[in-house]
Amino acid sequence: MSGTLSTQRTAADEVVFETPGQQINDRDPEQELLTINFGPHHPATHGVLRLLTTLEGEIIRDTKPIIGYVHTGIEKTMEDKNYWKAIPVVERMDYLAYFFNAYAFCGAVETLLELEIPKRAQYLRVIHMELMRINSHLLWLLTSALDLGAISMFWYGYRERDSILDLFEMSTGARMHTRYFQVGGVAEDIPVGWAENCRKFTKGMRDRLGQYRAILDKNEIFIQRLRHIGAVPADRLLELGVTGPLLRAAGVPWDLRKAAPYCSYEDFDFKIPVGTDGDNYDRYAVRIAEIDQSCDIIDQALDGLPEGPYVADDRKVVLPPRHELATSMEALIHHFKLVTEGFRVPPGEVYFPIEGPRGEYGMFLRSDGSSKPARAHMRDPSFVNLQAFPDMVRDTYIADFIATLAMLDPILGGIDR
Amino acid sequence: MPDATGLELLAQELRDTDADAVVATEHFRGAAVIEIEPSKVTWVLQRLKAKGFTMLMSVHGVDYYPEEPRLGVHYELLDMKEVDRVRVKLRVPTDAPQVPSVTPEWPTADHQEREVFDMFGVVFEGHPELRRILMPEDYEGHPQRRDFPVGGEPILFTYNDARGTDYTQ
Amino acid sequence: MEVIRQNAGAGTPAKAPSEFRSRQLSARSMIRGDLEGAELEKYVEDRIMFTTLDKAVKWARGNSMYPMSFGLACCAIEWMGHVAARVDTARFGFEAARASPRQADIMFISGRVSIKMAPIVRRLYDQMLEPKFSIAMGACASSMGVFNNYAIVPADKFMPIDVHVPGCPPRPEALQHGILKLRQMVLDDPTLGWRERYGAVGTEEIVPADGQETAVNVFDEEDVTRA
Repeated sequence: MSGTLSTQRTAADEVVFETPGQQINDRDPEQELLTINFGPHHPATHGVLRLLTTLEGEIIRDTKPIIGYVHTGIEKTMEDKNYWKAIPVVERMDYLAYFFNAYAFCGAVETLLELEIPKRAQYLRVIHMELMRINSHLLWLLTSALDLGAISMFWYGYRERDSILDLFEMSTGARMHTRYFQVGGVAEDIPVGWAENCRKFTKGMRDRLGQYRAILDKNEIFIQRLRHIGAVPADRLLELGVTGPLLRAAGVPWDLRKAAPYCSYEDFDFKIPVGTDGDNYDRYAVRIAEIDQSCDIIDQALDGLPEGPYVADDRKVVLPPRHELATSMEALIHHFKLVTEGFRVPPGEVYFPIEGPRGEYGMFLRSDGSSKPARAHMRDPSFVNLQAFPDMVRDTYIADFIATLAMLDPILGGIDR
Repeated sequence: MPDATGLELLAQELRDTDADAVVATEHFRGAAVIEIEPSKVTWVLQRLKAKGFTMLMSVHGVDYYPEEPRLGVHYELLDMKEVDRVRVKLRVPTDAPQVPSVTPEWPTADHQEREVFDMFGVVFEGHPELRRILMPEDYEGHPQRRDFPVGGEPILFTYNDARGTDYTQ
Repeated sequence: MEVIRQNAGAGTPAKAPSEFRSRQLSARSMIRGDLEGAELEKYVEDRIMFTTLDKAVKWARGNSMYPMSFGLACCAIEWMGHVAARVDTARFGFEAARASPRQADIMFISGRVSIKMAPIVRRLYDQMLEPKFSIAMGACASSMGVFNNYAIVPADKFMPIDVHVPGCPPRPEALQHGILKLRQMVLDDPTLGWRERYGAVGTEEIVPADGQETAVNVFDEEDVTRA
């Protein structure tokens, strides 16, 4: 069984019936196209995605994604809140990459402010972002395996996800949507014992990743369902603006962490997994390998974690530490100003791109000199990657459709914002 | 990012072809921005593609209220070989919000232009299917314009409980 | 475990057999057919539970609810977290998430409901068969949540909710607490809840009377007698 089908109907395909029902059977096959709706409520769509699909028998001839079912007007809400209070709102865009959303926003604000981030804060940000990347890829793996039938992967992998969420809870206080990244650094330093727990986690993650690979990598069913299916040539993907693991699976080694390093990524030694065919199996393999590389980055960052402040020094932008409020009048005044009105950002426009688990998260921020953003827009990778989906599933079976949708890794929160 | 001189050379090249295409250039925080005439957007982007900026990363809209012309559309271009970015922006007034669509040459702009239309009301001429993408099809208004109210509901507490959940009224 | 040392032959009374041992002995006698009369009656009484059919049905219903998970946004991730191994809802019987509304008992609105999605959620809720329950999970579904703006709707506006679980997103343990509250409600009396609280406004039955159709609120005594 393979996904390649000939789309040309040759003369040999014309069948001549010699039965009384001939006039019915003689109908033009084009008229047998059936348009049905996948979703928005569907167990296999990863979120509320509606796919208007035109089928001929079991073969998909065309599909049209319809989105907007979880549009929350986050960008408009951000215009109403000052820069500090907009961070929790922007985190909820792509809800499986909340640190990335927050970093794109904070990075954009810091670029406008021309604020320098201390090294320790950068390393802490990198550690949390890489943990988030592992988290996101794990959830992708679990739900994809669930879609493809390997249901027990869900429970196996959730062990690791719960460990990561425990790590987040230990350092930031919350499992999801942590509001940990602040403009100027991070909200708080990591507690004692966190680095050790993190190392234990990465060690365990590598072992467990080996176990997951043992279940899935050479699994006959997995290979048959993913190999040679859903491949789109790399130049078509570039035309469609696709980035992230989808592009890397097609063979284009584009990763912003290596191409345009930000936030001290140049200090770490890691590889970018790149696929060859661009089919579903390569997408799976690229993401699994990325989990491994992220574990490496986390270990290196923990080894080289510098001492120092965890947030920038500029009291006009960053809240003073709590203990100073009891002794220093200026600290009290700064705190008051920052919490009520917020800091003002010089007017200008900036576009801050970072590499998230699904591709390029680009935050466009326009400031008009006041304490609230005048326009905040996230160029979300899932939104753009979804445009490649019809190309991926044309002329495949419905089962391949489900598998390809799983491998696409759409997150509707980011698509709809 | 092309530095300031690179930006000026780029803008000069564009001006050589069409004198009034480039309205302004700006080099802010290390990023290069070219502001152009709205009607020239297709050939400017093609020109930049020929110069190496082959990827259109983002098309998004901005509302510059109260400055006129109000609605802006930004195109983020990326040169993968040199790792360079340049932003092309244009501004249209609300009473004539037509902009030529770049979707035929840049397929990635399909959904993104629909979003700009949905949220700001910029009409992209030549777009294969310009309809609302995030809001319901029959929604009236363009939500992300600055004069559109944020909206919202009063929170239901016990005192307004009885009035609040009765959706039949 | 406490170890008590006693001097056996020092005049202490023989220790009475413990509860468990005496039950063991009487069970052994029962199996041998040695119990007679009053002893037999007491044995049977100890082991029979009397209940009403109502309670038995409610017990079954409360312990085997099929959620129709409505994973909309971030709360869906924490919903998945509470189905996972740490806070295992399978222990309570809640893990068989049915995709079809016809087969589901309880609807988890996990995530923000946008105005485009609200009629679809309502239609799915209507397709569920009675008795059905609903949990609004998270702040966005219960009230407007973090985003109080033009694009979303609190779930209370278009469908009845039995339990609101606050949080953004609620921890899996918090969701489990909400589920157990719902389960307690089902075991006690399912009519307690939004219908009682809001006087069932909006669920009047249309009753033809005198050739005209009047709306009767079946949870309101005077309304019923008037019609």
